[in-house]
Amino acid sequence: MSGPPAGPAAGAVTRRHLLAVGDLGTDGIGQILRLADSFAEVNARPIPKVPALRGRTVASLFFEDSTRTRLSFETAAKRLSADTMAFSAGSSSLSKGESLRDTAQTVTAMGVDCVVVRHRSAGVAVQLSRWLDAAVVNAGDGRHEHPTQALLDCYTISRRLGSIEGRHVAIVGDIAHSRVARSLVAALRMLDAAVTLVAPATLLPPAVDGWGVGVSSRIDDVLARADVVYLLRLQRERQERALLPSLREFHERFGLSAERARRLADHAIVMHPGPMNRGVEIGAEVPEMACTTIAEQVANGVSVRMAVLFWLLGAQPGTASTADVAAAPAAEGASPAGVGGG
Amino acid sequence: MAERPRLLIAGGTVIDATGERPADVVVSPDGVIAAVGGGLAPGAAGDRTLDARGCVVAPGLVDLHAHLRQPGGEQAETVESASRAAVLGGFCAVVAMPNTSPAIDSAAVVREVQELGRAALCDVEVAGAITVGRAGGRLAPMGEMAALGVRLFTDDGHGVQDAAVMRRALEYASDLGVRLAQHCEVDSLAAGGHMHEGEWSSRLGIPGICAEAEEIMVMRDVALSRLTGAPVHFQHLSTAGSVAILEAARRSGVAVTAEVAPHHFTLTDECCASYDAAFKVNPPLRPEADVAAVRAALAAGTVDAIATDHAPHTPDAKDLPFEEAPPGMLGLETALPLALTELHMPVADVLALLSWRPARLAGIDAAHGGPVVAGRPANLCVFDPEATWTVDGSGGASRSRNTPYAGRRLRGRVRHTIVAGEPVVIDGEAQR
Repeated sequence: MSGPPAGPAAGAVTRRHLLAVGDLGTDGIGQILRLADSFAEVNARPIPKVPALRGRTVASLFFEDSTRTRLSFETAAKRLSADTMAFSAGSSSLSKGESLRDTAQTVTAMGVDCVVVRHRSAGVAVQLSRWLDAAVVNAGDGRHEHPTQALLDCYTISRRLGSIEGRHVAIVGDIAHSRVARSLVAALRMLDAAVTLVAPATLLPPAVDGWGVGVSSRIDDVLARADVVYLLRLQRERQERALLPSLREFHERFGLSAERARRLADHAIVMHPGPMNRGVEIGAEVPEMACTTIAEQVANGVSVRMAVLFWLLGAQPGTASTADVAAAPAAEGASPAGVGGG
Repeated sequence: MAERPRLLIAGGTVIDATGERPADVVVSPDGVIAAVGGGLAPGAAGDRTLDARGCVVAPGLVDLHAHLRQPGGEQAETVESASRAAVLGGFCAVVAMPNTSPAIDSAAVVREVQELGRAALCDVEVAGAITVGRAGGRLAPMGEMAALGVRLFTDDGHGVQDAAVMRRALEYASDLGVRLAQHCEVDSLAAGGHMHEGEWSSRLGIPGICAEAEEIMVMRDVALSRLTGAPVHFQHLSTAGSVAILEAARRSGVAVTAEVAPHHFTLTDECCASYDAAFKVNPPLRPEADVAAVRAALAAGTVDAIATDHAPHTPDAKDLPFEEAPPGMLGLETALPLALTELHMPVADVLALLSWRPARLAGIDAAHGGPVVAGRPANLCVFDPEATWTVDGSGGASRSRNTPYAGRRLRGRVRHTIVAGEPVVIDGEAQR
């Protein structure tokens, strides 16, 4: 009896990747959130651009459409002066008749430093990290993870509330199909926040016993003690697979109506990763209420993704040895913004 | 083949269903065991001696469940390449599953595969489909296929979803002297799943297949076997619930039998954490508790056979995202060593599961499964139960290399395999 055999091939170049939030560890998350602060300062400048990644190439490899995430990464890369390119790929490798591995090798042949990948299947970023000689950033893989979303959400919480530790976060809605939820739970638990998942049993993952979270199907009980209410997008097709009777009933039982939003604590915030379904998971008027952070999340996304790219690639061009790549961006106190600002 | 020499298998320990004894085995040129006993000397010049010192000399292994991929899947495997893998793994007979393209659902395709089997290194027994195109609707011509020697029918790869169709199939086939086998999986519960549903699938974000998708069909077919009085064979059972249902059914006298695959007693769903599609298989790898239950059922004799579910896929197909890759793993060359290494059972009990019990289920016990006595066809497997080796990632003789065991250290290695008197493997090398 044994667990899985050894994972990635021995002898593979040790590179930094961001495949799942858990890869970062608490220290890594802290580093990225601090770097994001520096880049937020850059983004506030009249010319929000620094030469931190000049000469580096960041490729986006999106097998699944996502304009928002792709643009956010592209903006981040450009503000760091990296060269960017985009591979638009079909939604399925199979449909193109090319294996994922072949696609990856094509990308490698172009000589990119970093690949930002989005795919509808879980684990694709992990697979690519085994096959590619480039840093891999997971921009969403199936239902698995979306680590930069979780980082920007943590950044937003800490900016709004001043701290994450000890806060109570209610994550509401379609947890089962959500990569955002998996990454966010992992990040929040590492940062010692309390988490309650609020959903009908049909929209919960089959087994969350080891997640260190509470589970409830009574939103009103949970809202009373929430510092953060995090709403997830509900795919409209869920009702067709007998997961829900109707969107109306979902909104009734689990939606954050304006009336429910008004009952939140004064300091509490309402978050949503977008795109929203007004009138389903979120009351039609709620996005305009002061407690919501939806636009901030988008803006913070650029700063956080700049931090991630810098953390992965921030060695000086031309000295991209393994040691440099591993050491340079980790340097505490170094101001990446200063690199360009000076 | 008249010029074939006499064969002396010298210095080994014969183990068959009748027991264990040190003995030499002489195989006559006509492919029949001529003598078994101590101190048999080489006869005339030109006799060939196979060294069996330190080895077990056993009836050849019989695999109830192999995907040979012919016709239609020749890029992944052929009858010939699979048969080479089979004999290197100690198998003298394999049952070819009918989920080929076209499916083996007619006399014509049965004949085609039988014809391919004549050039193979081992016996190739053909399984036919229960329904036309394995589509679960109309009955395939089981009578015509049975007349050609088909003894096992299954829609493997799919369960027969419609209970009424399965009932009629069991009734219709009941006078044909054949056995119907079921891939137990309720499609509506398993749809969209790619690994076992549980703690690991929740963490990995891979849509799961619940254990009950298998167990509900096992329950249903126990009931249908009771209703019709016809035997049902359960393929690749993988859960604690399934083996519990099986045990209860057998205790109450229902004519059900079952096989399990080596990966279901050696690997767990945690393996999928690598997102390596080599670990994707159907039924999926299960958690530790299921693996333990499957092992206990093997030890208790509740399960009749270990069957490989050898399922070759090209590297291209397995280098896809986990959720897009096809299920299946190679099994022929690793089954016996995995059983010897992992099951901690007496060698004779392992051989019962891999040789004489599956030979009876396949309806080929006249030629296979022993005993090793004079007058029986010489289908023999000679293996060193203590030799250790490391599985490489090449996939061995298969045209594919989707083994989940690359790098794994195993105990027990096949040294010689004799099929109908022909030494097709000598000292671990296939002879053709």
